[in-house]
Amino acid sequence: MNKLSFPWLVKMAWRDSRRNRSRLFLFISSIILGIAALVAIFSFGYNLKEDIDDQAKEMIGADLVITSNRPVNPTMKPLLDSLGNRRSQERSFASMVLFPKSQGTRLVQIRALAGEFPYYGALETLPVAAAQTFREGQQALVDKTLMLQFGVEVGDSIKVGEVTFEIAGILNKAPGQTGISATVAPAVYIPLRYLPQTGLEQKGSRINYLYYYKYDTRVDIKQLVEKLEPRLEKEYLNTETIETQREDMGRSFRDLTSFLALVGFIALLLGSIGVASAIHVYIREKLRSIAILRCLGVSAAQAFLIYLIQIMGIGLLGSIIGAALGTVVQQLLPQVLQDLLPVQITVGISWLAILQGIGLGLIISLLFALLPLVSIRNVSPLNTLRISYESTSLFKDPLKWAVYALILVFIFGFTYLQTQKMKEAGYFTLGVLVGFLVLAGIAWALMWTVRRFFPESLSYIWRQGLANLFRPNNQTLILIISIGLGTAFISTLYFVQTILLNQVTLSASENQPNMVLFDIQGGQREAVADLTRRQGLPVIDEVPIVTMRMEEINGLTAEEVKEDSTSGISPRAFQREIRTTFRGNLTDSEKITQGTWQGKVNSPEDTVYVSLDAGYAERIKVEVGDKIVFNVQGALIPTVVGSLREVDWNRIQTNFRVVFPVGVLEAAPQFHVLMTKVGTAEESAQFQQEVVREFPNISIIDLELILSVMDELLDKIGFVIRFMAAFSIITGLVVLISSVLISKYQRMQESVLLRTLGASRSQIFAITALEYFFLGALAAGTGIVLSLAGSWALAKFSFETSFTPQLWPVVVLFLLISGLTVLIGLFNSRAVVQQSPLEVLRSEG
Amino acid sequence: MLVTPILHIQDLTKTYQSTGHTLTVLDSINFSVEEGSTLAIIGPSGSGKTTLLGLCAGLDRSSAGLVELNGIRLDNLNEDARAQVRNQHVGFIFQNFQLLPTLTALENVMVPMELRGAKNIKPQAMDLLDKVGLADRAHHYPTQLSGGEQQRVSLARAFSNKPKILFADEPTGNLDAETSEKVVKLIFDLNREAGTTLVLVTHDAELAAKTQRILRMKGGKLISDERTVG
Ligand SMILES: Nc1ncnc2c1ncn2[C@@H]1O[C@H](COP(=O)(O)OP(=O)(O)OP(=O)(O)O)[C@@H](O)[C@H]1O
Ligand SMILES: [Mg+2]
Repeated sequence: MNKLSFPWLVKMAWRDSRRNRSRLFLFISSIILGIAALVAIFSFGYNLKEDIDDQAKEMIGADLVITSNRPVNPTMKPLLDSLGNRRSQERSFASMVLFPKSQGTRLVQIRALAGEFPYYGALETLPVAAAQTFREGQQALVDKTLMLQFGVEVGDSIKVGEVTFEIAGILNKAPGQTGISATVAPAVYIPLRYLPQTGLEQKGSRINYLYYYKYDTRVDIKQLVEKLEPRLEKEYLNTETIETQREDMGRSFRDLTSFLALVGFIALLLGSIGVASAIHVYIREKLRSIAILRCLGVSAAQAFLIYLIQIMGIGLLGSIIGAALGTVVQQLLPQVLQDLLPVQITVGISWLAILQGIGLGLIISLLFALLPLVSIRNVSPLNTLRISYESTSLFKDPLKWAVYALILVFIFGFTYLQTQKMKEAGYFTLGVLVGFLVLAGIAWALMWTVRRFFPESLSYIWRQGLANLFRPNNQTLILIISIGLGTAFISTLYFVQTILLNQVTLSASENQPNMVLFDIQGGQREAVADLTRRQGLPVIDEVPIVTMRMEEINGLTAEEVKEDSTSGISPRAFQREIRTTFRGNLTDSEKITQGTWQGKVNSPEDTVYVSLDAGYAERIKVEVGDKIVFNVQGALIPTVVGSLREVDWNRIQTNFRVVFPVGVLEAAPQFHVLMTKVGTAEESAQFQQEVVREFPNISIIDLELILSVMDELLDKIGFVIRFMAAFSIITGLVVLISSVLISKYQRMQESVLLRTLGASRSQIFAITALEYFFLGALAAGTGIVLSLAGSWALAKFSFETSFTPQLWPVVVLFLLISGLTVLIGLFNSRAVVQQSPLEVLRSEG
Repeated sequence: MLVTPILHIQDLTKTYQSTGHTLTVLDSINFSVEEGSTLAIIGPSGSGKTTLLGLCAGLDRSSAGLVELNGIRLDNLNEDARAQVRNQHVGFIFQNFQLLPTLTALENVMVPMELRGAKNIKPQAMDLLDKVGLADRAHHYPTQLSGGEQQRVSLARAFSNKPKILFADEPTGNLDAETSEKVVKLIFDLNREAGTTLVLVTHDAELAAKTQRILRMKGGKLISDERTVG
């Protein structure tokens, strides 16, 4: 028996790789960037999670928070007053404020506070003492963006409703405030005891009631909350603890990091295809060496292991480099993402992420190298006598199928681990599979067609260039798949970005309103409309809003639905208050998709048919014909779902999840929303001042402001996506270069022979250029078509929006990739042309 | 005197299926080779010499018939088992040398010994290289050696396992007359010193004449089997 020790195999692998190391490294370099991207994202994710865990306390500011979006039932008061060792209360709502000094007005988030909150962390103010002192008098803390915008200083005054406060300090940071929320509605803190005098408690809009508790002794908050919850839930009170805060934030940022990780994974997959194709060629070149080894008595398994060790070794090296690079790149991510995040991010080396990255790199190089490596088992020692390039057909080797299956399982597994969603992971894997099959099909079809209909009448150069596509040792399949998938991935990323941007870019056409007045009380409606017109502004839209909750769906209440999971109704349906409206017609941004629209109820006995937004109905699992009982501040209204509407949410309009017909809600407590369009900034400021002066309870949203904030946000998100996509693009480039480069080794001998037979340099260039043009153009074209199809599907089913790709980026991408393929191909053949034929013939033995 | 045959071939047939029809490359070949003897296989191009050699050495599977090498029936063994037989009993020399391009001359010679798990092999390998006159080229790669030098390295490698039988497929086919002579001398020295059985395929009548026995092939059949005088 020859028992070969593992060390010998390693030694052999080392020796065998000796003259190919730079090439092997080139192959593996295509996974470096993918690994780097993933390690960066993973480290970032872990650090973020740690930061969230560490900072959750400061972000929530108390051990327990009980919230409600309606006044709390007085019977709950004894309970609420019995909790905790220290207690604070807050009422929070959106409202207009006015700075008397400049007469400037703006929508802000008023936080009326009583008690010592926050118990953890601090209201960071300037001067520092203001965080405490404002509580003692008629004073306010004002967000620094507001102070800057209106040029006010500490000591100036701010008018909230009917009360004027002295500004005690600038608010730099408050618990749980992100950069974004501060720009949309900056915070103004006032002492709670002045709230009644402001007159804003009567607003139609929602006031949030918050109760903060701090325990001085160790208390199991989780247990406490579990005990309290049934009673609190009955009164629509919600709880938040440091733990739930951690979970909530962790979850939303896991979504972000998992999305980014998927983008990184695409780069890795792309690189893997490069690895597989490079190793495929490498092994083919090694056929003779393998045959000799077999002749000398190396078993099939040993020969396989020698090359596996080589690949794993170089894979390990690539992964380590990738992980190191990723750790460096990670330092950039917080700067890229800082404004989107609520916590201070620390960057540190995450060994877990590094380990994961290296593990992933090893798995990837193993899986994708296995494809070409399994054929080593079938290399016969007979090849020493007669080299046959007839590679064993795929269909004959069941192991290859097993490897393909493993790769799919791996892709699915990784995607699932990231997204935690079966469906998404399935679609992603399916997409990759379909892309692969389509490209392979195209490649086969190309080879078949060219061979079948070979244009004998063409000139020699054309014939040679075309023939290169199907002759033995051709790279058609591999290049088409790698270039095609690369193009598809890259252009899909690009399309998705445009879809995302389109989805929120609101058209600023002539009649689109840019200012919304809400919280208009019933009695103020006419007067506000008059005021608007007097200012020379149009009243573009004016709708009543009635706030309500769902009481029953098909006879089941919230509790019953929760207990009976077979009902199919989502318990989420009952959770929130719904803002509904009533009207007689559809607006032009609405379309009925199911059922029939009924705009009017004639007599009180008639059935009330409501119309639901189709997406909303799907989310809460309600269909046409279902019965819903609404609770409008105590009054129960039975209805039937009469129709589903599709709403174009991209239009600036008041859109509603539930629309009632006229004749039902007229008498219900309601407020109104008015939309108008203002021209210049002065016009806007003046209008806002007038409204605030006459109707302090009315809030105004300046859409221009929101849009510019959104724009900025999207810019940042877009930048993040582009940043991650760059990894894919560069990887695609590396794969392209290495794919074309490896064909150099294959074509070397051939070109040299052609040269010895008298072909000129330009002829060899022309042949090469033609061949690569065919390959590049076909692959890029197919890749783009694939990504168009994929993006269309994404737009339709995932983002629920339309997708109209722009023509020129597509054309540019196509030209770029085909051009690049030709260029790199030519660059390689330049090396062939310059090399001495003798050297080449000799090295091939 | 009854000598155990080191190689015994019986009804050996090899066919290839190609595009519908069957191509018979070897047709019912029978012969035995005594241990320690020398033998040449000659015949026109395409007559099946290489195929026969490959089958004898266990590089390929026959379509029918039996190959017994040192008492081991090769046709019953799987590829890995045959690989072991090759490693332990068989040496090869190819017309085009077949050195591992990424290994130095010395390493090429060492591989079969390493495969056996032998110890302290470097001095042995150096000895062998010295014997073929290439001790000073031990650390050169095959591409840095001339054809004749490569063939001598491949000889040293073939000897390294002290094989019972050495197969050589046109060992001098790519060499000039002078180098040929050197290589041939080395091969026959080995036969004389270690008692290694020698099976050569050659077009060179002069070389064939140096063996004890000549098999002549034509169209996949053995057409003559003659002992040479001398
Ligand atoms: N894989 C194969 N498929 C079909 N025919 C084959 C195959 N391998 C060898 N042959 C045929 O078998 C015959 C014998 O080949 P072989 O290489 O044994 O001849 P040879 O006697 O060594 O010739 P030469 O002296 O030219 O080396 C040839 O006609 C060859 O074409
Ligand atoms: Mg031959």
